[in-house]
Amino acid sequence: MKLLQGTVLSNTWVSPRYKHMSIHAPEIVEECKAGQFFHLKCSDSFSPLLRRPMSIYKIVKKEGEIHFLYLIKGEGTKCLANMHQGDQLNMFGPLGNGFTLQTEWHSLLIVARGVGLATMAPLIDMATKQGIATYAILSARTKGDILSADYMKECGAEVVSLTDEDRDSDVEHVRKMVENVIDSKSIDALFTCGSKRLTNMLKGISLQRKIPGQVAMEENMGCGSGMCFCCVKPFNRGGEIVNLRVCSEGPVFQLEEVMEL
Amino acid sequence: MKVSIGGVSMKNPVMPASGTFAEETAQIFDLSVLGALVTKSVTKYPRMGNRGPRIAETIAGMINAVGIQSKGSQVIRETSIPFYQQFNSPLIVSISADTADEFVDLAQELSVPGVAALEINISCPNLEDDGRSYAMDPTQTYRVVDYIRKSTQLPLYAKLTPNTNAITEVAVAAEAAGADAVVVANTMLSMVIDVETRKPKVGNIMGGLSGPCTKPVILRMVYQVYKKVGIPIIGCGGICSAEDAIEYMIAGASAVQVGTYNFVNPIGMVDIIQGMKEYAVRHRISSLSDLVGSVCVDEQTRIDKAAAY
Repeated sequence: MKLLQGTVLSNTWVSPRYKHMSIHAPEIVEECKAGQFFHLKCSDSFSPLLRRPMSIYKIVKKEGEIHFLYLIKGEGTKCLANMHQGDQLNMFGPLGNGFTLQTEWHSLLIVARGVGLATMAPLIDMATKQGIATYAILSARTKGDILSADYMKECGAEVVSLTDEDRDSDVEHVRKMVENVIDSKSIDALFTCGSKRLTNMLKGISLQRKIPGQVAMEENMGCGSGMCFCCVKPFNRGGEIVNLRVCSEGPVFQLEEVMEL
Repeated sequence: MKVSIGGVSMKNPVMPASGTFAEETAQIFDLSVLGALVTKSVTKYPRMGNRGPRIAETIAGMINAVGIQSKGSQVIRETSIPFYQQFNSPLIVSISADTADEFVDLAQELSVPGVAALEINISCPNLEDDGRSYAMDPTQTYRVVDYIRKSTQLPLYAKLTPNTNAITEVAVAAEAAGADAVVVANTMLSMVIDVETRKPKVGNIMGGLSGPCTKPVILRMVYQVYKKVGIPIIGCGGICSAEDAIEYMIAGASAVQVGTYNFVNPIGMVDIIQGMKEYAVRHRISSLSDLVGSVCVDEQTRIDKAAAY
């Protein structure tokens, strides 16, 4: 983890609600791992005061680039959206624990929704580079919000997209699709991000079928590095309820540890 | 830059506020640059803390309702205290308890080599009883500080709450009971509501406000307390720059604690120390202690105003 100034290379609208930002930060790129995040100072003023945690969307080691794909939602992301090529972005990271892959795994199923899609893209890249096949079920409000699908395909995933506007994104439908993929592709592990309902559903399948899983969690943060205990959530670790920090004990947790969200 | 706070020598007057600093900070900069190290409040037994969300941003500030999640005093004694020995800065352990007896137990358990002073958190507004705390009341403050004073030889810093209409009386009571310094102050009891859902934005309903928005209020309290007590004051409330720290010293603080700003700028305390050195050079001040309480107030105005409050 480092505190550094990255240089904005591009920051472009990719849909009416999302922007894609690429940052030149060669001093940090080698340390970055899928599932980790940066704590970004979005403004030089006291409004917004706090940093914003932002998961890594793309790591381009050769070019020294870190990319973020973000939904413009609150004050912090509005400030980020106003940054231009050449601007300096104050970044603190990479923070937290990323996804882990076991060497004996051959195929992974990824289920993601909304802003969670961006977090899963570098996981697919990492898995492909280790010779692991990936199948992704992506869910969002509209087709326009399924922004990572092309990059995920490029990284090597077989992708299915579901949307609320097409009325095929309800949890029961996703559950059936998940079970089909598990049966037909002999899935070794499950990964998810972005939806409480999908996480709960996937946890059920994970326990029932004894397939391990990992989930990337989101929470409002203070320090981002484990000091303030503001981003704590309850988890079930070995039968005991424990309060863990999303920033430093996560943001990636074992699916079986997640409590009913 | 050197200061002495209740018998603890510090190389400079800058230290972290409890709860905004931990072992992890050592990965960001060399902790030996700090005037002192202050732990997160320790309780006797492990505590889960409050349910989430525990943090909500406000204009130029934030509200937290962590509720003192603690691993218990034994873990702190076995892990944190030895860890901090590698740094050349005195360690101040913050202790928190729901009863005076538990405060005494903690003070005794943590009066061990490696601990330079105890900060007694008699002000945390997040605990039960609608956020009430010892430091809301001079009599309660005297009782608890006096009781702890008799149980340890270590210097005691009493951390006061701004959630009282009697901060000067509370500070006087802490001094009379044997506190070696007062920390002015903890967070301000506060609330934010999401108007879409009509739900409070923190799980505990209320929380403690911190950050730059609190600075003028706490600075005023430091000024008032300075007029009434002889022990050093550690100013704590919204410090985000060397100028803010200097302002606190001019109001009457002998040292300062930086809290929320550590989240905004993880190396903020390093920048503040550097900025204070530059200020001292620029103003030809040989010792920062010369600044303490040096606010230029017309004597008659001071007496009239102080009486009015």
